[in-house]
Amino acid sequence: MKFTAAALKEKILKGSLGFTLISMVFGFSLGAIVLLVAGFNPIQAYWEILKGIFSKPKYMSYVIIYATPLIITGLSVAFALRTGLFNIGAEGQYIMGAMTAAAAGYFFKLPMVLHVVVAVALAVMIAALWGGIAGYLKARFGVNEVISTIMLNWTALYLSNFAITIDAFGRSGTGKTYTIQDTAFIDILGHWKRTPEGIEFLRNHPMLWDILKSPVNLGFIFAILLAVMVWYILNKTTLGYELRAVGHNPFAAEAGGINVKRSMVVSMFIAGGLAGAAGAFQVLGVSHRIAKLAVMEGYGFDGIAVSLIGNNTGPGCLLSGLLFGALKYGGSKIQDAMNAPTEVINIMIGTIIIFVAMPKLIRLILTYKSRRGVK
Amino acid sequence: MTSIDFSRKTVEMIDVVKKFGDFVANDRISLTVHKGEVHALLGENGAGKTTLMNCLYGLYRPTEGKIRINGKEVVITDPNVAIHHGIGMVHQHFKLVEPFTVTQNIILGQETTKMMGILDLAAAEKKVSEISEKYGLTVDPRAKIEDISVGSQQRVEILKALYRGAEILILDEPTAVLTPGEIQELVTIIRNLTAEGKTIIIITHKLHEIKQVADYCTIIRRGKFIDTVEVAGVTEHELASKMVGREVSFAVDKRPAQRGERVLAIENLVVKDNRGIQVVNGLSLDLHKGEILGIAGVDGNGQSELIEALMGLRKVQSGRIRMRDKDITNASPKQIISEHSICSIPEDRQKRGLVMEFDVAENLILENYQRRPFSERGVLDHQEIYKFADQCIMEFDVRPQDAQMTAKSLSGGNQQKVIIAREVSNDPEVLVASQPTRGLDVGAIEYVHRALVEQRDRGKAVLLISFELDEIINVSDRIAVIFEGRIVGEVDAENADENNIGLMMAGGRV
Repeated sequence: MKFTAAALKEKILKGSLGFTLISMVFGFSLGAIVLLVAGFNPIQAYWEILKGIFSKPKYMSYVIIYATPLIITGLSVAFALRTGLFNIGAEGQYIMGAMTAAAAGYFFKLPMVLHVVVAVALAVMIAALWGGIAGYLKARFGVNEVISTIMLNWTALYLSNFAITIDAFGRSGTGKTYTIQDTAFIDILGHWKRTPEGIEFLRNHPMLWDILKSPVNLGFIFAILLAVMVWYILNKTTLGYELRAVGHNPFAAEAGGINVKRSMVVSMFIAGGLAGAAGAFQVLGVSHRIAKLAVMEGYGFDGIAVSLIGNNTGPGCLLSGLLFGALKYGGSKIQDAMNAPTEVINIMIGTIIIFVAMPKLIRLILTYKSRRGVK
Repeated sequence: MTSIDFSRKTVEMIDVVKKFGDFVANDRISLTVHKGEVHALLGENGAGKTTLMNCLYGLYRPTEGKIRINGKEVVITDPNVAIHHGIGMVHQHFKLVEPFTVTQNIILGQETTKMMGILDLAAAEKKVSEISEKYGLTVDPRAKIEDISVGSQQRVEILKALYRGAEILILDEPTAVLTPGEIQELVTIIRNLTAEGKTIIIITHKLHEIKQVADYCTIIRRGKFIDTVEVAGVTEHELASKMVGREVSFAVDKRPAQRGERVLAIENLVVKDNRGIQVVNGLSLDLHKGEILGIAGVDGNGQSELIEALMGLRKVQSGRIRMRDKDITNASPKQIISEHSICSIPEDRQKRGLVMEFDVAENLILENYQRRPFSERGVLDHQEIYKFADQCIMEFDVRPQDAQMTAKSLSGGNQQKVIIAREVSNDPEVLVASQPTRGLDVGAIEYVHRALVEQRDRGKAVLLISFELDEIINVSDRIAVIFEGRIVGEVDAENADENNIGLMMAGGRV
């Protein structure tokens, strides 16, 4: 029989998507145990999360807003990883992108669409250079990119905090910069929804009103486009071919005539640009300014997990970024509903993520079982 | 000479079947080995030799069949059980801790201790020395693994098995990594072992070694038992035919060379290795159109560095390399491949030759992905890429015929065919082949040799580097001997004297 449980298992074992799904089931089960131990009813908690994600259009748009930067930093990490480079620096590149976008958004006076294009382009450029530094250090001097990107993260953080102290840029005493010009906003109907006509219109369309209560913006559309772009570059272009060859086997790539060092720099450059775009969209679409950071916000670090769960592919990052965003946003809902402390929620999310990110372990567990079955 | 005790069957494997899913790796194979016997297990790559031995050593559980050790039926669930029954295995890839000494490696997991678990290294060293002397293994118990030769490392593996009381030794392709001299030493060691009543099972696909050392030989083809023969009663030819399942020709069929003008000239080349030691010492060499120049030499005399320097993968310290009268010293790999038309079949195909995670088609365009028709303005044309791959697969007989198979799922011989297809279809003026038949079985070797001769017959130049003197003599038209980074002698292949070349390879003067 072809349709036996064994055949089904075989199929799931071979496909990476099936695997991720099984891992998620494991993850959620373990997350449930964490909740139980902490004294909360896991079924109720998961129900609250589901409700917190899907019960209102506003919630869903929040999930998307949460997910957008994570998807893009995920793409950044994934892109570098396909060339065999571990971009821990997405965090710093994100900060550089955000800072540049905030500056360009505030200082420049440009017409609407152009302003966004200029701000994003500059942010991407600066962040790409930031990532490129790590790539260059690796190619030229053999400096491990993990070390250099970690250091560049701190440099970026303090550079950004320093920029806020400059009077022309930062509003003194607030620890924040001035709000960017309206022309640089990428909010969807951001202005109109606050005008009297807008409010009047939205009263009659409660569904739309609900969605627009959240800072919906174009970032998600860009994230989708970037995911497609990453997939296209990696799989359809000679550049992607080079980068993947270097990632899998730099020795064979070198012998085949590929310039391995150049590939490293290019890969980190593009990865940096992607993370910078994440920062730019967050500033132009959600925060509209940057604030002094006491600690890193973690968008770049979460991108590492997003990339791993998404199997380091463009479309994969899109899905895993959404999952991440949903857990982050939905998870916060049990705080109010069940009085669960945020720590428990974070442990639960962490547990789920660890499992989802560990398909290797799951594969081991499953194959071990099937091997015992043979006995 | 023979020390076989036919009254005692030490290993009996009866109708052993091993399946991996639907794939039958071993299909009812039986094997009987007596005390003091050297039994060879012969088969092509992927025939199931190692699988069968892994069943004996407890790394796999047979799906069906029985195993008897010294007449008693046993179930070997893991290597510890195998060791308990006196079975030891020396794997093809050694399992040693490099920074540890010989003794530390040998006692690993079975440490001799004094009171309170303090290591008694002195006692262990003494025991190691004793065993070592008894069988003529000659290793220094205090030397660190990273400092000793590959041959010595193998002897440490043998010692490790003996230390654990092995009576039955399985050697998986023991000569694959050894130099000719070390192979002779190994043969002596095997004789010493059988003289002491040990039983040896040796996995190999090298026929002359079987003739040299084995008493009996069991032949496996595609997982099936073919025959067990007394080695003294068969020729190498008969063994080869049984292994491959058809007639095999050893002699390389070739016409006399039509030697043309000089294409490649290497002058006083000096190259350093990774440790910064000068290993190519003022080497000079000429290569002409329409000839195969074989470079004979023992491993580690600068061959790898010479090729890397030639292909632009290693810096030339001094000296010149000229191709068609253009200076290509320290040119980039890309220039050398595409502008100067030198292509190479690298010695380590998995490291330098293939991107193992890429599929066959992707590997086939590794040097040409930027050219039409494979890409245009930076965008790959997958239709053309796979069309080209299908062509290559047909022409070079790559099996299975699937351009989307990853390189790592192919057998060694087929991986090599993919590399040859890629390099030959570049139509290079100079083809460099380093150890092109390493680890391949007879059928594949025949194929590789024919490809090299074909290239020569088309008026191209071929540079062949090999540690196997037979191969050099059979395939080349002209032979240059390399010793300590220099060419120390040159002879015509036709009237080459194996002994003379052997002497030059060892640094002797003729």
